[in-house]
Amino acid sequence: MSTSAEQHAIVTINSVSKAYQRGNQPIPVLEGISFDIVRGEFLALMGPSGSGKSTLLNLIAGIDTVDSGSIVVDGVDIATLNESDLARWRAAHVGFIFQFYNLIPVLTAYENVELPLLLTTLSRRERREHVEAALEVVSLSDRMEHYPSQLSGGQQQRVAIARAIVTDPTILVADEPTGDLDRVSAEEILGLMARLNAERGKTIIMVTHDPRAAEKAHIIRHLEKGLLNDVSP
Amino acid sequence: MFLLKLLARNAFRHRIRTFLTILGITVAILAFGLLQAVVTAWYAGANASSAARLISRNAVSLVFSLPIAYQERIRRIEGVSSVSYANWFGGVYITEKNFFPSFAIEPKSYLDLYPEFVLAPEEKRAFFQDRKGCVIGKKLARRFGWKIGDSIPLKGTIFPGNWEFVVRGIYSGAETSTDESQFFFHWQYLNESLRKTVARRADQTGVYIIGLKNSRAAAEVSLAVDATFKNSLAETLTETEKAFQLSFVSMTEAIVVAIRIVSFVVIIIIMVVVANTMAMTARERIGEYAIFKAMGFQAHHIAGMVFGESLFITSAGGALGIILTFPVARKFGQLMGDFFPVFQVERSTIYMDLVFCLIVGIVAGIFPTWRAVRIKIADGLRRVG
Repeated sequence: MSTSAEQHAIVTINSVSKAYQRGNQPIPVLEGISFDIVRGEFLALMGPSGSGKSTLLNLIAGIDTVDSGSIVVDGVDIATLNESDLARWRAAHVGFIFQFYNLIPVLTAYENVELPLLLTTLSRRERREHVEAALEVVSLSDRMEHYPSQLSGGQQQRVAIARAIVTDPTILVADEPTGDLDRVSAEEILGLMARLNAERGKTIIMVTHDPRAAEKAHIIRHLEKGLLNDVSP
Repeated sequence: MFLLKLLARNAFRHRIRTFLTILGITVAILAFGLLQAVVTAWYAGANASSAARLISRNAVSLVFSLPIAYQERIRRIEGVSSVSYANWFGGVYITEKNFFPSFAIEPKSYLDLYPEFVLAPEEKRAFFQDRKGCVIGKKLARRFGWKIGDSIPLKGTIFPGNWEFVVRGIYSGAETSTDESQFFFHWQYLNESLRKTVARRADQTGVYIIGLKNSRAAAEVSLAVDATFKNSLAETLTETEKAFQLSFVSMTEAIVVAIRIVSFVVIIIIMVVVANTMAMTARERIGEYAIFKAMGFQAHHIAGMVFGESLFITSAGGALGIILTFPVARKFGQLMGDFFPVFQVERSTIYMDLVFCLIVGIVAGIFPTWRAVRIKIADGLRRVG
C-alpha cells in the first residue's frame, strides 16, 4: 500500500476476524483481513458462496461487529461505537443498495427515498429538494408517486440507489445489486453506479458474483474461505 | 405525520386480516359494554338509592309485615325527619307476562321522600284526591299505551282479586337512573279492601321508609328504630336504602359475578387475537425492520412502528365498538325492559373500554416489538427476497 493511498484511505480494515457460532462450534468466516479502501474508490468484493464477502461488507457498513481487529471509516473506529451511536453513524455515513432492493412496499418512490432524511434535522421543504435531486440522478423524477409494485426491478433498484445517496453518505455499500435483475437492467444499474463513482466521487464497495459487474470496479478483491486471496487492479 | 401515514398503510396491508381483527375488537368492546350495562342495571336500585333514607322491615323476613301503628313511634325517634310506608303489591296486568313493580303507598309522605319521581302538581293533586287513583312511570305508560284517565285492572297475586285503578299521574325520573316502570297506588285503598276480605292482614305494611335529618346519623337512627321495637311481636330490621336494595342483588350475586367474569374474559380473548395478529405482522416484516435499522432507525423508532400499528388497530376497533354500544344498548334495553327498567351505558364503562383498548394495544405489541428490536440486521436482511 502506498503512502499516498494511506493518506486518502477512507476505510482501513485491520486484522479483522469474525466467526459465527453453530451450536458450541465456532465457524470462522473471516480471518485476519487487512486492507484499505481509498476515497473515491469503486471496489468489488468477489468470491464463492460462504467466502465471507457479505460478512465483510456488513462489518464495513456497521451492521455487524468484528470479533477482533478494527475497521476505521473516515477516522472513526466503528467497533468502539455502541448500538445507538452506530445507528446514527450508519444514518450519516452509509448508503445501502441491496440485491432485492428492499423498498418499503406501502411507501411511494418519493417516500422511500425520503426515509433516511427523516432521521436528519432537515425541514420538509429541504427534504423535498434532496429527494427530488436524488430521483433526478437516477432518472426517475416522473415515477415519484409510484409504489414499488408499480415499478420494474431495474426501476426499483434505481429508487434504492436514490435512497442510498440521498443523505450524501461517505460510502455506498452494495450487496449483489444486480443479482435479481436481467442483463439490460443490470447494465443500467452498473452504469449508474459507475457514474456516481466517476462524476460524484462516491466510494462504492460492491459484493458480486458477476464478473461483468466486477469489471466496472477499479479494484477487485477476492475472498476465499475467509482469507483475502487476490488483488486485481 | 409520516409515521402516522406509515402506520395506517401498514395496518391495511392485509386488509381482510386487519378488518377481521378490528371487527373482533369491535364485537369484544360491544359485548363488554353490554355486559357491564347488565351489571349496572342489576345494581340500578342500589345506585339510585338515597343516603338520606332508611328502610325498616320485619326482622324475621320481608315476607312478614309490620303494624301500621309503628309509624308514629318511628316519627318520634331523634334524627327522623319523616316516615312513609309501602307495601309490595305484586299485581299483574291481564296475564302474568305483563308484570311490573307495583306498590301500595301512603301518597303524600312517600312522594315527599322520593323527589326523584317528578310529577306535575295538578297530577299529584289528582292522585291525592282519588282513593282509586294511581301514578305510573313514563316507561310503563309507554309500554302499555296508558294515558291519564285510563282505567287499569290489575290481578292481585299476593292480595287476590281484581283491582281497578285510574291513572292520575305519569311521573318521569329526575335522574337517568330513576326507575320509570313502577306503579303506585293508595295504601288506604288496599287496606280498606283487606279489612273487608282478610281482616287479619289489614293495618299492616311491608316496609317503612324513614327520612333522615342528617344522613350521617343513619347508623344511630337505625339502631334506635330497632331498639324501639325490640322484644315486640314484630321486631324491625332497619338499614340504609342502599343496603336494603343490595340485599336483593346479593340473592343473585353469583350471576352478576359470572357476567363480570365473562365480560373480562372477552377482553382477554381479544387481547390474544390482537397479539397473534401483531406477531404475524412482525414475523412478516422482520426484513423491513432490519432495513429500517440498517438505515439508522433505532429501537424506539421500530417500537413506535409496532406499538403504533397495534394501537391503531385496537383504537379503530375500540372506537367502532364504543360508537355501536349506545344504539345497541338502547335497543337491548327496550327489548329487556321488563327485566331491566334502567338500562344504560355508564361513563365509567366507556373509560374502561378506552383503558382496555390501550392495554390490549400495548400488550399485543410487546412480543412483536421485542422480536423486531432484537433482530440482528444481518439476520433480518437474510429473510428478504
